[in-house]
Amino acid sequence: MIRAALLALADGRVFRGESLGAEGEATGEIVFNTAMTGYQEIMTDPSYKGQIVVMTYPLIGNYGINDEDVESRRPWVEGFVVKEASPTPSSWRGRRTLDEYMREQRIVGIQGIDTRALTRHLRDHGAQEGVISTEELDPARLAAKAKAAPGLVGRDLVREVTISAPHGWDEATWDRVRGYREPAAARFKVVAFDSGIKRNILRQLVSLGCALTVVPASTAAAAVLEQKPDGVFLSNGPGDPEGVPYLVEAVRALLGKVPIFGICLGHQILGLAAGGSTYKLKFGHHGANHPVKDLATGKVEITAQNHGFAVDPMSVKAHGLDLSHVNLNDGTCEGLRHRELPVFSVQYHPEASPGPHDANYLFNRFVDLMRRTKGG
Amino acid sequence: MPRRTDIEKILLIGSGPIVIGQACEFDYSGTQACKALKEEGFEVILVNSNPATIMTDPEMADRTYIEPLTPEMVAKVIARERPQALLPTLGGQTGLNLAVALAEDGTLDRYGVELIGAKLPAIKKAEDRELFKEAMQAIGLEVPQSGYAKSLEDAREVVRRVGYPVIIRPSFTLGGTGGSIAYNPEELEEAIRWGLQTSPLGTVLVEESVIGWKEFELEVMRDGKDNVVIICSIENFDPMGIHTGDSITVAPAQTLSDKEYQLMRDAAIAIIREIGVETGGSNIQFAVNPDDGRLVVIEMNPRVSRSSALASKATGFPIAKIAAKLAVGYTLDEIRNDITRETPASFEPTIDYCVVKFPRWAFEKFPEADQTLTTQMKSVGEAMAIGRTFKEALQKAIRSLEQDRWGLTLDKPLADLEELRAKLRIPNAERAFVIAEAYRRGIATQDIYALTRIDPWFLENIHEIVEFESELQRAGLADPVVLRKAKQMGFSDRRIGELCGRTELEVRKSRLAQGIRATFKMVDTCAAEFVAYTPYLYSTYEEEDEAPRTERAKVVILGSGPNRIGQGIEFDYCCVHAAFALKELGVEAIMVNCNPETVSTDYDTSDRLYFEPLTLEDVLNIVEKEQPLGVIVQFGGQTPLKLAVPLERAGVPLLGTSSDAIDSAEDRERFSALLTSLALAQAPCGMARSFQEAEGIAKTIGYPVLVRPSYVLGGRAMEIVYDEQDLARYMKEAVRVSPEHPILVDKFLEDSLEIDVDAVADGERVVVGGVMEHIEKAGIHSGDSACALPPYSLGDDQVERLKVQTKALAKVLGVVGLINIQFAIKNEQIFVLEVNPRASRTIPFVSKAIGVPLAKLATKVMLGKTLADLGFTEEREIAHIAVKEAVFPFVKFPGVDVVLGPEMKSTGEVMGIDRDFRKAYVKSQLSAGSPLPTSGKVFLSVKNRDKRAVVQIAKRLAEMGFNLVATQGTAKVLTRHGMSVEVINKVAEGWRPNIVDLMKRGEIALVFNTPEDGRARKDSYLIRRTAVTQNIPYYTTVDGAQAAIGGIESLLKSELGVQSLQEYHAGA
Repeated sequence: MIRAALLALADGRVFRGESLGAEGEATGEIVFNTAMTGYQEIMTDPSYKGQIVVMTYPLIGNYGINDEDVESRRPWVEGFVVKEASPTPSSWRGRRTLDEYMREQRIVGIQGIDTRALTRHLRDHGAQEGVISTEELDPARLAAKAKAAPGLVGRDLVREVTISAPHGWDEATWDRVRGYREPAAARFKVVAFDSGIKRNILRQLVSLGCALTVVPASTAAAAVLEQKPDGVFLSNGPGDPEGVPYLVEAVRALLGKVPIFGICLGHQILGLAAGGSTYKLKFGHHGANHPVKDLATGKVEITAQNHGFAVDPMSVKAHGLDLSHVNLNDGTCEGLRHRELPVFSVQYHPEASPGPHDANYLFNRFVDLMRRTKGG
Repeated sequence: MPRRTDIEKILLIGSGPIVIGQACEFDYSGTQACKALKEEGFEVILVNSNPATIMTDPEMADRTYIEPLTPEMVAKVIARERPQALLPTLGGQTGLNLAVALAEDGTLDRYGVELIGAKLPAIKKAEDRELFKEAMQAIGLEVPQSGYAKSLEDAREVVRRVGYPVIIRPSFTLGGTGGSIAYNPEELEEAIRWGLQTSPLGTVLVEESVIGWKEFELEVMRDGKDNVVIICSIENFDPMGIHTGDSITVAPAQTLSDKEYQLMRDAAIAIIREIGVETGGSNIQFAVNPDDGRLVVIEMNPRVSRSSALASKATGFPIAKIAAKLAVGYTLDEIRNDITRETPASFEPTIDYCVVKFPRWAFEKFPEADQTLTTQMKSVGEAMAIGRTFKEALQKAIRSLEQDRWGLTLDKPLADLEELRAKLRIPNAERAFVIAEAYRRGIATQDIYALTRIDPWFLENIHEIVEFESELQRAGLADPVVLRKAKQMGFSDRRIGELCGRTELEVRKSRLAQGIRATFKMVDTCAAEFVAYTPYLYSTYEEEDEAPRTERAKVVILGSGPNRIGQGIEFDYCCVHAAFALKELGVEAIMVNCNPETVSTDYDTSDRLYFEPLTLEDVLNIVEKEQPLGVIVQFGGQTPLKLAVPLERAGVPLLGTSSDAIDSAEDRERFSALLTSLALAQAPCGMARSFQEAEGIAKTIGYPVLVRPSYVLGGRAMEIVYDEQDLARYMKEAVRVSPEHPILVDKFLEDSLEIDVDAVADGERVVVGGVMEHIEKAGIHSGDSACALPPYSLGDDQVERLKVQTKALAKVLGVVGLINIQFAIKNEQIFVLEVNPRASRTIPFVSKAIGVPLAKLATKVMLGKTLADLGFTEEREIAHIAVKEAVFPFVKFPGVDVVLGPEMKSTGEVMGIDRDFRKAYVKSQLSAGSPLPTSGKVFLSVKNRDKRAVVQIAKRLAEMGFNLVATQGTAKVLTRHGMSVEVINKVAEGWRPNIVDLMKRGEIALVFNTPEDGRARKDSYLIRRTAVTQNIPYYTTVDGAQAAIGGIESLLKSELGVQSLQEYHAGA
C-alpha cells in the first residue's frame, strides 16, 4: 500500500512522494547531505536536531540498519528524505530496513521525490524551513506551515540534545571482528562538554587513553575546573552557536586554564568565546568529501562535514586565534589555533563516522597538547 | 608544487592494438594525457602502433610514431628524440611492461630518461605477486593465502596448504590471460600447464580461492605531496571468480556500510603509499566475505586502467588528465575541477545516480569457445548506463548492449529447471537474464543466492523489475502512475510494448500523451552541491530537467555503442572527428554514446555529451529535446545506421547521404540494378528463400559460393561452401531460411585480389582517400585481412580503373560524406563486391597514412561545405607505404581454430609504415605480436592446391638459411624440387615426436600452414592452436606467407628504422 506524502518548503516549492517511516508531520530546516554511505550515523547525529536531511545519493538503506552504527542514544533528524529506500537490504550486520527503523523511532520521511531537484533548489535558494507530511496533502497549506516554522538562527537546540547529568565513557573505536573495543589505559583526564556529542568522538578519545567525564552543555567553568582535567573537549552540536551563550561563557572562563580542543559547534563556540563572530552559510556543508588544507603542512585532507554556521577568521585574529585549516571549495574557516595557549579547534569532523579518517591525527594532537602541558 | 621546469620533452607509450583486456580506454587515457601535457607546454613524443586512435592524430602530439611497441623499436625512438621523461602509466599493461623492459635493459639510463608517475621499484612491487603480498603483510592487510609455482610440483605443494579450489594467476599477463580456477588435481594439472605457458616469466601464483566473495574496486589518486583521494568505488554484481572485465559492475559501491567502506578506503590509501606509486591513479581490488565482512586485498594496478576509464565516466572526474598533470609536478589542490570550475581536484567525487557497466561478449563469433566466465577476461566491449536507481541503470545498460534485448529477457528458452540451475551456478554471459527467469518461475532469493553468490541486494532489485512486469501486463498503458513508475525503473518503450502487446511507437505516443517524458540530469562530480559548467547528461524520469537550453545551431552525432568484433574504435575515431569538425564550424556538437572506454564519451570532446543507449527511443528523446539541424548517422558503424530509417520516419533530418541512397546500396535488387546501369561487374548471385532455391542458384552460378543470411551484417554466419553437401550442412547448422529471412548466394571469386577504396564526396566532386590492396586473397573478411596503401602489386591502370568506378558509384548514389567500396579483381576483371555509403573501418588507417582527416572533411561536407572550399580536390600521393594488419583474440579462447574466413574475428589492428613495402609489412607483423624470425626452422604444411606455391616459398627460405621441416606430403613435393627437408610426424599419425612436440620444445621459428577447406581442416588444427599458445609466428594463407618472406628478406638486408608521422607527411 503506497501512502502519499508531501514535502513543502518555506518558499512554496512542493514535492510529492511516498511516505517513508512514520506517518505524521515533521518540520525543520532542510539540508542536503552528499555522503554516499553512513545514513544511520547521520540520522543519529545530534547535530541534526531541528533539521530535515535530504540524502543526495538516491539509494539509501541498502545495507539496512544495524545495532552498532549509532552516534548517540537515538535518531535526531526531524525528517528524512530519500529517492529510494531499499525494502530488501543486504549486509552481514544489517538487522532492519530503514523504513522499519524510522517507524519504530517515529521519524517521518518521504521517498520517491526528485532529490536532485530539491538539492539544486536548496543550493540556489539557500537552506530553509520545510515540512514533510502524510496528513496535510494540500500543497499551499503545507507550504504556509513551512513558512511559519521557526528558523535555526538564535535558537538554543543544544538544550534539547544534551544530557542531564555527567557520565563516564568506556566504549572505544570499532573493529570488524571485535566490534567496539575496550578503552586504552587512562593517561589523561578529559572533561567533554556534550552539546550533542557524537559517540565516535568519545570512542576516539578513550582509545587514546583519555578518561572521560561527559558533562551537560550547561556546566559552569568552575565545575569543570574542580575536576582538575588535563584537557577540555568542546563537542559538535545542533544549530546556531549564538543560541548557547552560557556555553560561550563557560569556555571563555576556561581559556588559558586548560588545553582545549573543539569540533564543529565546539569550534564555533571557541571562536565566540575568544571574542570573534559567526555567520550562517547559504546551505552549509554536509557530506564526506570536503577538501581541507592544513596550512601548517600544506597537506590536504578529505573531511566529513556537517555545519550551517561558520567562524569569521578575521574576527578572531586579534584575539590570538590563527586560521589553521581552510576549506578548499569555498575558502571558509575550517580550523583555528591559538598563538599562545594550548587551544585549537576544527570546523569539520575528525571522528568521521560517517566519513573518511584522514583527520584522525587531530585527536593525537590533542593528546600531545595535554602531555606537553602536563609535562611543562 | 608547481609544474616541473627541469623537463621539456616527454615520451608517452600507447597500448597498441585493441585486444580483449585492452581496448579504447587507453586511447581515452592517452589522448587526455597528450592534451594535458601539451596544454602545459611540454613537447610530447608518442609511440603507438594503433592507427585507429585519436591519440595518434598528428595534432595530438609533437611527434607521433606509429611504430611497433617493442623495446628495440621504442629504444630507437628514444635515441632519436632524446626525451627527458617517460610517462609509463597511461598506456595500459602494454605501456607499463614496455617501460619496465626499457628500464631493465638500461635504455632509460643510457639516454637519461626519467620514469615519471611510477618508478621501477613501485611498478615491480605492484606487479610481482610475491612482492605485493609481502608489501600487504607489511602494512597489516590480509591477502588470500598463496604460493608461487614454477612447476606442477610446486603447485601441488601450495594446494596442500590452502586447499581446493585454487586460483591460478600467471605473472605479468594481461586481462588475466592464462588464469583459471582448479577444483581438483586434474584441473590443477591443466591449469598449471596453461598458466606457465602464458606467463612470460614461467611463474604462476596459486592462490586460496575467495570465489563467491563480494568484489570491490577503488580508484585511488596520489600526488607528489602524498595527498590521496578516492575517485570512485565500484562494486561487482558478479562475485569473486569472474574477471572484473567480465563482471557487471556498479558504481558507487552499494552494499557497504560506512564503517566497512572507510576500512577499505584506509586500506587503499595505505596500499598506494606502501607500493610507492608517486603520482597518478591506481586501481585496487578487494574481496569481502559476505558472512563476516573480512576484507582481503586482491591486486593493484599501478596505472590508469579500464576501471579508471569507467570511474572517470561514472563520476566526471578525468583521472588520466589529472594523472598526467600530477606526473609533471602539480599537486591535486593546484588543479581545478573542470566541471565546477571553482573547486579543486583535491576532493572525492560524490554522485547522485547509479552507474551500471555491462560487458559485451562475442561468443557467437567463436562457437567452439568455452563460454564459462572465469578469471580470464573474455568480453570484447562494454556499455555503461546511468540512472537514478540501480534498476533504471541496469535496464538502460541492457538495451545499450544492442543485442536486440530490451529488458531482462532470455534469448533462448531454457529446457528445464535443471538447465536453469546450471546457468545460475556456472557463471556465463546470460546469468543476469537467467536470474530474472528464475524469479518468474518462483524461485526464492535465497536459493538464487545460494547458486550464484550474487549479493541479495542486486537479486532483489531484479526481483522488483520482474514483479513490475506483471504489474505492467495487468495495467497496460492506461494507468499513468504505473507507466511513469515503469519508466523510472528503466523499462524501455519496446519492453513495455512486449508486455502490453503494443508496438514501441504506440507506447511512446501513449506515454507522451500522458505527459511522461524523459528528463535530463547532469553528471557533475558533486551531487549538485556546486554549479556545473560541463553539459554531461543522462536521461531519467524525474521532475526537473536541467539540460541547458541553447539557441546555437547544433548537430547530433550518434556514436557506435559498445565495442564488438566488427565495430570498434575505428568508428569512435570518426565520431570524435565529427565533433571536432563541428566545433571548427562553430556548430554545437552533441554526442550520444554509451561506451565508457571511448574518447567520444569524454565530456570535453563535444559541446554536449548524452551518455545514453543508442536506441530509437533514447535518441528521439534527445532529438526532441535539442531540436538539432540534423543527425549524423554515417560515422558510428551499424549502430546509428540501423536507426537511420526509423529516425527519418519520425521526421528527424539526417545529414549527408540520403537514406534512400544507403538503401539502394544495401538492398540486393536495387544494388544489382545500380551496377547494371553503370555497366559495372558484379559476381553472379541470387537470393534464396528456401533450401531448394539456394541449391538451384548455386548450381547455376557454380561452386564455390559465398552464402550468408540477408538479415545480419558484419559477416555474421558468412561462409564459403564448396559443394552441395557443404551447402546442406550450412543450411542445417548455421541459418534458418524462410521467405522472411532469405539467404544471399554469391559466386565466390576464388583467388581474386581484394581491394578497399575509401573516398569522400560532396555531391559534386569525389576524391579518393586511398586504395588499399589486401594481402590475402578473396574469402577473408576485409576486417581480418592485411592491406597495403598504396597498392603494392596492382598496375597503375588497374588503380585508375578502380578510382573511376568509385567516383561513378559515389556520384550516382549522390554521396555526401564518406563512401567505402570493396572490389575484387579476377583475371584482370574488376567486380564490385560491396558499396557502403558511410564511414568504414579503414578511415582512420587511410587518414593516418595520407595525412588527411577524412572524417573531419566529410563532416564539413555534410554541413554544406564543398571539397573545393576545404581544399581537398585531389588525391594525396604519398612516398611511403602503410600496411594494416589485424589482431586476433585467439589466445583467449582455447579450443577455437585460428583459420580466417569470411566472418570477421579480429578485435583490433596495427599499422606498419615505412618507405618500402616489405619493411612496412615487417613492422605490421611485429606490431601485431608476431615478429618475423631471420633464422631457424620453418614448418611448412599446405593444402593440395597450394603445393605449387609452397615450392617457391620454400626455395626462398632455404636460400636465406632457414631449415625446412614438413610433414610427409609437403616434404615429398619439396624433395622432388631438390630441397633438403626434415620430415616430421603429423599429430594424427600417432608417432612421437610430432610437429606439435617440436613446436612446444621451441624448435620451430615460423609456421606456414594453409588448411584444407571445409571439413578436412581438423587435422592441422592443433598445429595452428599450438602456434598461438607458443607465440610462434604463423601464416595460414599463401599470400601472407609470401609477404612474410619478403619481409624477412628485407630484414636480413637492413635494420628497421623509425620515423614520425609528421615527418612522413611533411615529405609527402
